[in-house]
Amino acid sequence: MTGDGPEAADPEVSAAVADAHRREWAFVLAATARVARDIDVAEECVQDAYVAALDAWSRQGVPRNPGAWLTTAARRRALDVQRRDRTLRRKLPLLIEPGSGAVTPSAPADAPPMAGPAAGCEDDVIPDDRLRLVFTCCHPALAREAQVALTLRLVCGLATAEIARAFLVPEPTMAARVTRAKKKITAARIPYRVPGPAELPDRLDAVLTVIHLLYTTGHTAPAGPELVRAELVERAIGLARMLRELMPDEREARGLLALLLLTDARRATRSAGDGRLLLLEEQDRSRWDRAAIAEGTGLVTGALRGRAGPPGRFLLQAAIAAVHAEAPSYADTDWPQLLRLYDELLRAWPTPVVALNRAVAHAMADGPEAGLADIDAIERDGRLAGYRYLPAARADLLRRLGRDQDAAEAYRTALGLTENAAERAFLAGRIAEVSGASPDVE
Amino acid sequence: MTQYLILIYERESGYAEGGPEVWEAAGKAHGRFAEQVGEKGGQMLGGNALQPTSTATTIRDDIVTDGPFTETKEALGGYYLIEARDLDHALEIAKLCPAPFGGVEVRPIMDMSGSAG
Repeated sequence: MTGDGPEAADPEVSAAVADAHRREWAFVLAATARVARDIDVAEECVQDAYVAALDAWSRQGVPRNPGAWLTTAARRRALDVQRRDRTLRRKLPLLIEPGSGAVTPSAPADAPPMAGPAAGCEDDVIPDDRLRLVFTCCHPALAREAQVALTLRLVCGLATAEIARAFLVPEPTMAARVTRAKKKITAARIPYRVPGPAELPDRLDAVLTVIHLLYTTGHTAPAGPELVRAELVERAIGLARMLRELMPDEREARGLLALLLLTDARRATRSAGDGRLLLLEEQDRSRWDRAAIAEGTGLVTGALRGRAGPPGRFLLQAAIAAVHAEAPSYADTDWPQLLRLYDELLRAWPTPVVALNRAVAHAMADGPEAGLADIDAIERDGRLAGYRYLPAARADLLRRLGRDQDAAEAYRTALGLTENAAERAFLAGRIAEVSGASPDVE
Repeated sequence: MTQYLILIYERESGYAEGGPEVWEAAGKAHGRFAEQVGEKGGQMLGGNALQPTSTATTIRDDIVTDGPFTETKEALGGYYLIEARDLDHALEIAKLCPAPFGGVEVRPIMDMSGSAG
């Protein structure tokens, strides 16, 4: 580039800004929101700070602590905006701590102090407000889809267009969803805080559910050609890691991180080269990510050990994933142990989806007939009508029993319920397989 | 502090069929609730019970018709206007509001003192 305009961004600086965006966005926005008193204003100020960083870092070099630099810059802007717009103070008082000055450091005693900011406001301790931000985004007064969208937008810093693409909705729809949710936060005065001990279990469960939903959306896209949306998966694991770091004593937070790591360890083996879906049974276990499995298993073991009360649903699911991850093969999996864990999970989380997974474990431990009887009961319950994995599981057990004609019919039912290309291909393959074995089906 | 309206939606048949004991119990429960708002650090600004929807008259496009605005199984039967610190505080209070035959809806009052909102 020529030298007359503003200096072209050095690729190294661009990379540093992008990296800071990924790593520090939540921290910077959360700390700025407290000063800005309004999420929209805070977002704008943080975006401005990132733009300013590109220029400033090109001239002065990348600061030692980019997060602190960005926070200081964004908070200064927020204070400027406030001075300019005095009505804001009356209109939007929600994000400020009662009785605290705008930049009063009020970090909880256990929060790790940040290294000194690179420029200005050196003696400010920037509080780590990421938990407040997460709990505000996942407040129960917001619809689940709004919680998900806000978390991606505010905590992960994703653009509305990116979120819309991930959830296969038109961008204006997603923009309206985000705007509505932000308006509700302001109008209904949803507080910017971490809930107290009495509410914490329920509120934490909502946060964990949102993160898990992000992961599963990325892991098995409900429609479209790509099985794994790596971006969503990565963001979800990042959020789970953040939560575990910020709430080290919450074993469900530990359980969620373990669950995501253990599930994701199999990511590379979930589909064949041609995109065909591979079942756990067919996956090449030598290609599973051993480091992720070791980390996940370690988290599960640590969380299960020496604590009062029964484990929650995320930890139990992680324990189940750990049993699978440690098994040398599908056949050599400890099915009785899995069945015990599923029994416990069903008590902690009595849903028909858990019952279905338990039925599969039951079939492996005690034979397909046992699992089929469970599935009959789940079908009678009716709540899973239209859930594609129910006929798929039934079909699989029928196939094992050699009842090819019934199996083909169940596979067809499952095929009619999924739009995911990889899953459709898998089911079509199964239909061909069971139909080929008994030509009279045609 | 922000003002919130707590709207009480209930099955009217619950009271119609319940008899005097149900009324008496409801009266006591609401009396207790009025005290609890203050105990929880909120403020009770007002509230009323409404006559049943059989007494309602609706006007839409100048046409007067008998009955409530929308026919629902659970109808608006009363309301409270309270003041609370934030939504969490308002919900904590609203959870105590008696509504044995339905539930309550919490709505922030629009602040018209500022300009645009």
